[in-house]
Amino acid sequence: MRKPAMLFLVSAVFWLLLGTVFALVAAIKATNPDFLGGTEWLTFGRVRSAHLNAMIFGWGNNVIFAVAPWIMGRLSRARIRHTSILLIAGIFWNIAVTVGIFGILRGDMIGVEWLEMPSYAAPLIIITYALVGVWVIIAFRWRQTDHVYVSQWYLLAAFFWLPWLYTVAQIMLIFEPATGVVQSLTNWWFAHNVLGLWLTPIALGVAYYLIPKVLGRPIHSYYLSVVGFWALALFYNWAGVHHLIGGPVPAWVISAGTVASVMMVIPVLVVGINHHLTVVGLHKEGWASPTIRFVMFGAINYTFVSLTGSLMALRHVNEVTHFTHFTVGHAHHGVYAFFTMIMFGAVYYMMPRLLLREWPNAFLIKVHWWMAGMGILLMVVALQVGGWIQGLQMNALNEDGTPVYSSFIQIVENTRPWLWLRSLSGLMILIGHLAFGVNVFWMIFSRRRAGEQTAPTLLSPTTEQA
Amino acid sequence: MKSLPLIFLGVFFTLAFSWTGIVLTSQIQLKEFTPATPDLVDSQDQPAPGGKYLVDGETIKNTPGMTANPQPLVGEAQRGKLVYQQMGCLYCHSQQVRRQGFGADFERGWGQRQSVPRDYIEQDRVMLGTMRTGPDLTNVGLRYSELWQFQHLYDPQITSPGSIMPPYGFLFEVREISPLTGPSAEAIELPEAYQPPAGYEVVPSRRAKDLVAYLMSLHQDYELPEIKFTQ
Repeated sequence: MRKPAMLFLVSAVFWLLLGTVFALVAAIKATNPDFLGGTEWLTFGRVRSAHLNAMIFGWGNNVIFAVAPWIMGRLSRARIRHTSILLIAGIFWNIAVTVGIFGILRGDMIGVEWLEMPSYAAPLIIITYALVGVWVIIAFRWRQTDHVYVSQWYLLAAFFWLPWLYTVAQIMLIFEPATGVVQSLTNWWFAHNVLGLWLTPIALGVAYYLIPKVLGRPIHSYYLSVVGFWALALFYNWAGVHHLIGGPVPAWVISAGTVASVMMVIPVLVVGINHHLTVVGLHKEGWASPTIRFVMFGAINYTFVSLTGSLMALRHVNEVTHFTHFTVGHAHHGVYAFFTMIMFGAVYYMMPRLLLREWPNAFLIKVHWWMAGMGILLMVVALQVGGWIQGLQMNALNEDGTPVYSSFIQIVENTRPWLWLRSLSGLMILIGHLAFGVNVFWMIFSRRRAGEQTAPTLLSPTTEQA
Repeated sequence: MKSLPLIFLGVFFTLAFSWTGIVLTSQIQLKEFTPATPDLVDSQDQPAPGGKYLVDGETIKNTPGMTANPQPLVGEAQRGKLVYQQMGCLYCHSQQVRRQGFGADFERGWGQRQSVPRDYIEQDRVMLGTMRTGPDLTNVGLRYSELWQFQHLYDPQITSPGSIMPPYGFLFEVREISPLTGPSAEAIELPEAYQPPAGYEVVPSRRAKDLVAYLMSLHQDYELPEIKFTQ
């Protein structure tokens, strides 16, 4: 298990750093269009898409493929078999992402959000999903425990959902494109479900595993988790079309999407309450553990980002936020403040157990924590405040029905300070990621020495120690 | 929840449910759509006010002698759409007008009517877009001249000072004016501050010409049976 997991982890960290650099380049271009403006390969549209794909498919999927099978194996308590399947999948996957991102920068972009990778990367992607999916099912099938853990439902469901979503989207958008705006519907059914049925259940499954494990206390309520899981499965599916509110698509589909988005409040609150009641009273221990610090930050933001999402699907709110930077802020809130932070927590938990040695430097973990945590909060606030103002100004009308901000450029100028703040937040996050990267490689290449610390790395004293 | 098949059935049906609802029913509904004239008539060429959506050719058909819309893209414009796609224009520009009273799309002059599904049935790649960092482009072909488009792509600051749109100078060639044939007819006029050195000219590449042809082809200035102007 060590080899494939380390392959996925190291590639994940590589893509994370590359994706952050792409992000920063795109962010600077958004305020200073002449920055690298003469380079076709790095024009805003391409570098922005390279960023998205490097983060979702390079960082996100690699880290999932490292963490999720490992957790599945642990929970199944069976001897790990067939790790070569995962190793092959890891090699295929990284070839696919490299080819895909190279294709985007080269100009072979598809023109569908979240599916920008050229179609020649698709076969390898589908094969990898199948290989990892099969491995996870094998691990679960030969489990030695009678009990099925909450985490296992989430992981199994996610590994089943994603290949199906991806294959259908590829067929209906690229190989045999659907009629007209059915493409847009398929696009958002797919793209939002990558968040809702892949990143979200994986991150929740990981949180459901790590919180009780590190704090040594069982999940508050098994039944609440059942409700949370099935409500998510039922409602999240339908929510994606809220990206098309007001658009030229059948009205009832939009209504259904809005209803589903609001119904998401149920699974979100249920999971939030369940996590909170598990942690309550153990905050000091949580703060001391790098894993729990990151995981709790992610779990709390899951509640916030999802409730914001439900609000954004309401007609009057959507009228303002749609087509603005508010949505971009929301996307980063979800993928970074929720998903990525939980995965950081998982890496902090997993690597010492894989390599049988501790994290070399607690200070770097703190740098990572503060830079990533404060950076993402600054980004979300900047983009959402700026985006809200942008939306209000685009819609504002005088009494005679003429736009208050008749010059579009004026609205653009007004977003600039907020976009500057975003670049600043990006810089903070980059510093955090560098600290993380240094720590990871330091750990991999360090030798174990006599008299070395063997107790877990803590960031602050726990109640016991105090 | 201990059984693998039960979990699988559950997750299968939840996803199948949304796919059927969102994607499949819309596909069944929209694949019947064809280009249409502003009003439809019955077999006796009498107005068929009930026939708003489907043109079956027998009981309800297009008004003879009138143009049916939308029309497919051809030639340069079709190639230009690929450039639009490859440059990632859709990440900052939408191509959809919302109904009057929802946002201020009408008031900003982005369209005379809301966009409807039929507007997109001839497109092999639909790029409705989800951002308006820049203005909506549904009807951009009606708003500016070709020269404006070339100048704006060469450097957006020429036509729109303060813009944050990327410059697409790499779609143009700055070349020496041929001493034999003189300045090219295709060279674009530029204001003083943006002119190349003396003896040089700025000529759009084929991709730039295709892209401008595509932008100039964007318009929804026709009525359809289901939608009239100012709706």
